Amino acid sequence: MGKLKVIARLLVIVVLMATSQSFASGGAALEHSEIDPDNISSLQRGARNFMNYCSGCHSAKYVRFKTIGKYLELSEEQLIDNLMFNAEKTFETINATMPADSARRWFGTAPPDLSLMARAKGADYVYSFLKGFFLDPDSPTGVDNTVLAGTSMPHVLWELQGYQKALYSEHIEEGMTSHTFEGFELVTEGSMDAEDYDEFVRDTVNFLAYIAEPIRSERRKLGVWVIMFLIFFWILSAMLKKQIWKDVT
Amino acid sequence: MARVEAEVGKRPEGVLGGLVKWIDDRFPMTETLKYHVTEYYASKNFNWWFVFGVLAFVVLAMQLVTGIFLTMNYKPMAAEAFASVEYIMRDVEWGWLIRYLHSTGASFFFIVVYLHMFRAMLYGSYKKPRELIWLIGMMIFFVLMAEGFAGYLLPWGQMSYWGAQVIISLFGAIPVIGDTLVEYIRGDYSISDITLNRFFALHVIVLPLALIGLVFVHIVALHEVGSSNPDGIEIKNNKDANGKPIDGIAFHPYHTSKDLVAIIVFLMIFFAVVFFAPDMGGMFLEHANFEPANMTATPEHIAPIWYYTPYYAILRAVPDKLWGFILFGLSVLLPVFLPWLDRCRVRSIRYRGWMYKTALTVFVITFVTLGWLGLQPATGTYVLLARIFSVLYFAFFLLMPYYTSKDKTKPVPERVVYHG
Repeated sequence: MGKLKVIARLLVIVVLMATSQSFASGGAALEHSEIDPDNISSLQRGARNFMNYCSGCHSAKYVRFKTIGKYLELSEEQLIDNLMFNAEKTFETINATMPADSARRWFGTAPPDLSLMARAKGADYVYSFLKGFFLDPDSPTGVDNTVLAGTSMPHVLWELQGYQKALYSEHIEEGMTSHTFEGFELVTEGSMDAEDYDEFVRDTVNFLAYIAEPIRSERRKLGVWVIMFLIFFWILSAMLKKQIWKDVT
Repeated sequence: MARVEAEVGKRPEGVLGGLVKWIDDRFPMTETLKYHVTEYYASKNFNWWFVFGVLAFVVLAMQLVTGIFLTMNYKPMAAEAFASVEYIMRDVEWGWLIRYLHSTGASFFFIVVYLHMFRAMLYGSYKKPRELIWLIGMMIFFVLMAEGFAGYLLPWGQMSYWGAQVIISLFGAIPVIGDTLVEYIRGDYSISDITLNRFFALHVIVLPLALIGLVFVHIVALHEVGSSNPDGIEIKNNKDANGKPIDGIAFHPYHTSKDLVAIIVFLMIFFAVVFFAPDMGGMFLEHANFEPANMTATPEHIAPIWYYTPYYAILRAVPDKLWGFILFGLSVLLPVFLPWLDRCRVRSIRYRGWMYKTALTVFVITFVTLGWLGLQPATGTYVLLARIFSVLYFAFFLLMPYYTSKDKTKPVPERVVYHG
């Protein structure tokens, strides 16, 4: 019995280690997005934010409006009226309004497809990225980002957040000067206060995490039934084994 | 015991019995079933270490079935592969489940195979007369590594691409023929559509066929000499009047009913991963692989999938490219020689001395640590640790003839230890 306990404990440790998500980030500490994948109204707001602010430049080419509508509890009319600005039919996928060629010419690189961004980079990364723009007069877009230095993305949400500058502290060690990021200071006010902007970004990231794996909620629900069935089946099989092994001495 | 066996071994009556006789006159059906199933005797004192062979068989079957369904929608083209996987994940009915079963199955295949191999090391299952079973098993392991490697390129994500890039270019370290060999493997000057096509062919035809064939031979060889057991003694040395081993019980229904319990417990763990953590925090499905392959942008940190990382850590621990490759190859190959490196007359760890017990414990720690190190960046302390543990890895095998022959063993019992 002792051995089994040790194995069980090891399993728990392995699962905890494995599920504590680790994503590569450019060295900057990421803020926790604290998204709630089961909050449908947050996802609806996120879908609205995405279609209004992101889909002009970014596609989500693996995502169908129909799929979104079903999970976000939106009718076909609601989809067409509120989300489908550049699509006709609900089976269509989310395409960027801006042609990729023009984007490449204007920004030097085509804006990436966002279908899987939250899965590739992690929700915290996208959350911190959207909050991480700061003024940089040397950059062609006027801004840089703490999470992805040298990004060619302009601060699309500046009207909401306003413009902020990054504050650094200076250290001199053995003649080498190094800078540590200390935080942001708001320079130009946006239409939202800090709390509302956080909420806005959180909803958007929540939606991005949802489209990265639309089946997530369904698989978790189904998983509970599968495990319950197996527990039942396990009891039966253990009884069967005991019965058959009765005469082994 | 006699009652159950009589029922199982009995030939059915009536029409069915007639059909069985008709077949038996033309094909050794009943005879084969008896030889391999109902009258194949294995020790009654198997512990849970002995279930991993059956589990590996279950995983193989599952990989074959899910693989067939995946090929129905997967497109082996550089331009479409990534999108076709997302199509399976989003638009194909139950496609997500089939894909997760297959991707999780790959990792679990290695988990059960590693534990299956460790069982052999615990109880000396590779020792005479079972050396050939071990050799065939090692061939299965090599084919499995190739199968996993070829399969990992197919989703055509960033890690698929760059992982393959790193591993294939290793062969370039071989003097004279290296560069040509690399070109032959890729079929191109870089990893491309052509590479993807041939890896697909290898992954769905060549290597699975080899796997099935080798698994068949593995089992035939096993049934010829009989299974080992936790005491590491031959149950065939104690037979009853009918020539049946006294401590043996029939594979069916005894071991099958026990294996069924093991299979269900295994499935509970397996499905917990499939349904609640299919990417296992980036271990089973690496995060970077959710970005399509891009030959102009290298991912921040390239790490192979976890089941190769112990060997990868050894590769990176060596400063020289050619020697790194040689030691990498050697680290994969060395277990082949276990039946001859191990000089101990006792098979089971139960009756071995402190030397082998210590060596095996250190080896397990070494293997797991190397696996972890292979996932870390190759810098500073990590490299130093990788070097120390690489030495320990090789020491386990190369010093084995010495410490196994010096080790003080305990007396081995005549009959297997079994507490009802």
